[in-house]
Amino acid sequence: MSSDTITEPATRTAGHAEELKVVPTRHYARWAAGAAVVVLVAQFAHGLVTNPVWEWGVFSDYVLSETIVQAVWVTLQLTAYATVLGFLLGTVLAFMRLSRSPVLSTVAWTYIWVFRSIPMIVQLVFWFNLSALYKELGVGIPFGPVFWSVDSNTLIGTIGAAVIGLTLHQAAYAAEIVRGGVIAVDQGQLEAAAALGIPRLRQIRRIVLPQAMRAILPTAGNEIIGLLKGTSVVYVMSIGELFYQAQVIYGRNGRVIPLLLVATAWYVVLTSLLSVAQYYVERRYARGADRTPPPTPLQRARRFVTSLTKESA
Amino acid sequence: MSAVMVDVHGVHKSFGPLEVLRGVDLQVRAGEVTVVLGPSGAGKSTLLRTINHLEKVSRGWVSIDGELIGYRRSGNKLHELREREILKQRTNIGFVFQNFNLFPHLTVLHNLVEAPVSARRRPRKEAEETARRLLDRVGLADKADAYPRQLSGGQQQRVAIARALALEPKVLLFDEPTSALDPELVGEVLDVIKDLARTGTTMIVVTHEIGFAREVADTVVFMDAGVVVEQGPPSAVLDAPRHERTRAFLSKVL
Ligand SMILES: Nc1ncnc2c1ncn2[C@@H]1O[C@H](COP(=O)(O)OP(=O)(O)OP(=O)(O)O)[C@@H](O)[C@H]1O
Ligand SMILES: [Mg+2]
Repeated sequence: MSSDTITEPATRTAGHAEELKVVPTRHYARWAAGAAVVVLVAQFAHGLVTNPVWEWGVFSDYVLSETIVQAVWVTLQLTAYATVLGFLLGTVLAFMRLSRSPVLSTVAWTYIWVFRSIPMIVQLVFWFNLSALYKELGVGIPFGPVFWSVDSNTLIGTIGAAVIGLTLHQAAYAAEIVRGGVIAVDQGQLEAAAALGIPRLRQIRRIVLPQAMRAILPTAGNEIIGLLKGTSVVYVMSIGELFYQAQVIYGRNGRVIPLLLVATAWYVVLTSLLSVAQYYVERRYARGADRTPPPTPLQRARRFVTSLTKESA
Repeated sequence: MSAVMVDVHGVHKSFGPLEVLRGVDLQVRAGEVTVVLGPSGAGKSTLLRTINHLEKVSRGWVSIDGELIGYRRSGNKLHELREREILKQRTNIGFVFQNFNLFPHLTVLHNLVEAPVSARRRPRKEAEETARRLLDRVGLADKADAYPRQLSGGQQQRVAIARALALEPKVLLFDEPTSALDPELVGEVLDVIKDLARTGTTMIVVTHEIGFAREVADTVVFMDAGVVVEQGPPSAVLDAPRHERTRAFLSKVL
């Protein structure tokens, strides 16, 4: 009886469901705020285009110039090397810290402590001046004779020193990111893998790391983008990366603002590309995590277009 | 009578000051099904986990098909095996967890193929054929390419059973395989286990399903407070228990 009295009036007045029209709530305050912001943004964009201090002519002269494009390439190389090597070393350090061996975990902990404590710029200058400390680097028995040695500056070179500095710095942060991802993986996963007799390294590579990636990727994306822009500090070593070359050019012609804009534009473009890559990599590692994965922006756009064409037809 | 497949001998296990297993003896013959009953905290899961060496025993030993698990004996000494050797021994012991523990980032088929390929070095193609045959056996032939989270709990547990079978283990251990399932899904999982029992798979099943024990078990073992209180055929242990603690437990769950 009670259920009757609840459903009856609704069904009687409603009739067939498809005849009902839904009137959405009107958000007047939201619209007003939106309009105000649009006006402000338009004003700013107008200033950007019309104000002569930006010197867009100079900007367009330089943005695709050979020097700048080459500098972008150097920036990309530094970023790529430091990312790959930094995360490789970081992954090793992460598993050392997680290992049951007190020696390994203490060494890893100490490494992370040291390299997070030293400002990157200090470390870079240090590597740059390495030859002042060790004239030669050699291979031999510890505390014993040396079989092979080489002058440290020839071996390392300026770019090499920058890559080492960036890598060692990055590895300390990467180690903590990877460790965070690994400890987020359900303990039951390792137990199941152990119960199936899957070899230890394979457990890590095939079971743990792919699942840890879900937690690693967002933070790692941040780190790589930070690193991309962070490579600009190697200008102290006079390496021809983006920021250094921009400085060299405006040092010559005095057009500071447009050349800073050139560098900015490139950093924005590269960061955007990295963000897009991050989106797709994250999606790949999300496989199996959701019952039905959400469509990509491209798929969504395509669906939107087909729905429009269907409607107009 | 068939040979002893699983031999648990005087096993003790402590976690710090807490003694969870206090001298457990248990023998399971090849092709037989042993059901372990007992109240929560009795040490049933711990016992299963010592059998495949997920937990180290504090005292006593376990052997499967005559092979000591986790140790090598020379004279009077037990030498601990390396992890690699223990992992190899585990491929003979299938384990089905209460909460499935399927690998969520791998498809159902890859869940089944992973261990045979990496631990047993089977050719991938052969492993996939076996996997599909096993999926068919648990009634999930059409789910080979699904991801575990796209399956119901009962289906996930059936995949987990197929995954354990893919290594062709000598014995299968089940730790409350239906406890995480909705009541209407319990039956489909128990049916798979019953089918395995009929085909002569050696199994140790920890469960609270008394009806299942009565129907399938060759031996019922009642554990409490880290010891085996009573064991025998279901008709004896379930219908005419000799111990007060068994009677008290059964009166609560029946
Ligand atoms: N790793 C551990 N560290 C400390 N104590 C533990 C550990 N594992 C189990 N125990 C303890 O051992 C006892 C037995 O646990 P066990 O899981 O074997 O019980 P069980 O019989 O399986 O119970 P249930 O029916 O609830 O699953 C419990 O008191 C538990 O708290
Ligand atoms: Mg248990």
